[in-house]
Amino acid sequence: MAEGLLAAAAFVLATVAVGLVRLLRGPTDADRVMAAQLLGTGGTAVLLLVAVASAAPAVLDVALVLALVAAFASAAFASAVGSEDPAGAPDAE
Amino acid sequence: MSALLDGLGAAAIAAGALFFLAGTVGLLRFPDPLSRVHALAKADAVGLGLIVLGLLPHAADVATGAKLVAVWALVQLAGTAASQLLASAARRGAASG
Amino acid sequence: MSAGLALDAGIVALLLCAAGAAVAARSAFAGVVGFLAYGLALALAWVRLAAVDVALTEAAVSALTGVLLLGAAVRLRASEAAVAAERPSRGLRLAAALLCSAVAAGLAAVVLAFADPAPSLAPDAARRLPATGLDNPVTAALLSWRAVDTLLEKVVLLAGLLAVWSLAHDRAWGGRPGPPPRATRDGALALLARLLPPIGIVTGVYLVWTAADHPGGAFPGSTLLAAMWVLARMAGAVDAPAVGDPRLRAALVAGPLAFFAVGFAGYAWADGFLAYPAGWAKPLIVAIEIPMTISVAAALALLVAGPPVRAPSR
Repeated sequence: MAEGLLAAAAFVLATVAVGLVRLLRGPTDADRVMAAQLLGTGGTAVLLLVAVASAAPAVLDVALVLALVAAFASAAFASAVGSEDPAGAPDAE
Repeated sequence: MSALLDGLGAAAIAAGALFFLAGTVGLLRFPDPLSRVHALAKADAVGLGLIVLGLLPHAADVATGAKLVAVWALVQLAGTAASQLLASAARRGAASG
Repeated sequence: MSAGLALDAGIVALLLCAAGAAVAARSAFAGVVGFLAYGLALALAWVRLAAVDVALTEAAVSALTGVLLLGAAVRLRASEAAVAAERPSRGLRLAAALLCSAVAAGLAAVVLAFADPAPSLAPDAARRLPATGLDNPVTAALLSWRAVDTLLEKVVLLAGLLAVWSLAHDRAWGGRPGPPPRATRDGALALLARLLPPIGIVTGVYLVWTAADHPGGAFPGSTLLAAMWVLARMAGAVDAPAVGDPRLRAALVAGPLAFFAVGFAGYAWADGFLAYPAGWAKPLIVAIEIPMTISVAAALALLVAGPPVRAPSR
């Protein structure tokens, strides 16, 4: 059973890792952040599978923290893009 | 009964993994950022949900099961909000250049 | 090939690909996202290496570095063309690549040359663990056996914060970092800023509390607390405090002061600096950890907020 869970974890990791292609290709910056977001969700799934497979409840805490910070990259990106001055004025020194 | 639960759990986990594959395929093959965000958010939410569903029978105790569900709920919230934010950022980027 | 080996191989491949993407990216933004992906893969690697405390820290810190680096990458987009024009020559880049490869090869040679089993202090730590009253050897190492290192790290954190503050304009000294808060247009961000912080705060406190017996720690806990504040600030829900505010400064030094107080008291009630009397280790560690969590969280949050830019209203 643990082998099966770890195999599923390896599969999920492989699929979200392929999403890195979008990071290098993605024409817009939003595409690149999407690749990171996919990795975050996939990484959480991998951690959940590993936690149950190795009967280590502490790994569930890592998954919990990862789930809490999963949206931070997208939030930071949206917030930074949203507060960009449309005229492109440089920061006051 | 336990074998049935194990079988259902394995099927759920396998289905969840397939949904992750679908999400990645959508991210790589869809034509524009908005549709990619859509594929990402939907496939991952369902994928993770199915995986959590498949893991629940294996949870050692109620607290572990509750943590699994809590992680799922948080990822749902984060994923939904992130897809909204990415979509609005993508639209703003398209509007300005 | 066992499934565990396949998973580990996948994590290593992801690490290499993310690192490659971060270095080979054309724009600074892509490089930053690659670096964030790398941090995530590293957290997975720590878990597989049974270093769960480090994985917790890696995951929590990735939130703060993400906010900092992504914000900087977006702000610096305008000047990116000028930076790209100053790219070093091919020969210089080749030399840098060779040097990095040499260092990596050297590290690999050292690690592979370890005797089997590798030298380790783990048996000594396991023997000394019951005396500290803790169950988590990592916490025992951080706050009992090598408490001096932890104390000095916290002081370095404050010094780093002072360095960031020193970038302020003279007239802004003592004022508030960043622009005045403006409620965000993104409803989703406002929702996140309302729903995540309560859960994040509870989780952060839980991480600090459970560190005595299970993987956790004051550092990932306070990082999580700082991240929740940073999220609320991004949504325009809270404003950064004035850098000269005495209450803020008291919160920042409370942790190191408590640490130093317990340290010097070690001369009185035990046999040296930061020595704990027998049977008192756990309560003293808790007495240090609570103010320290507050100080580290405040310091990290202010590091992300940046130097003061608004003149103090006085």
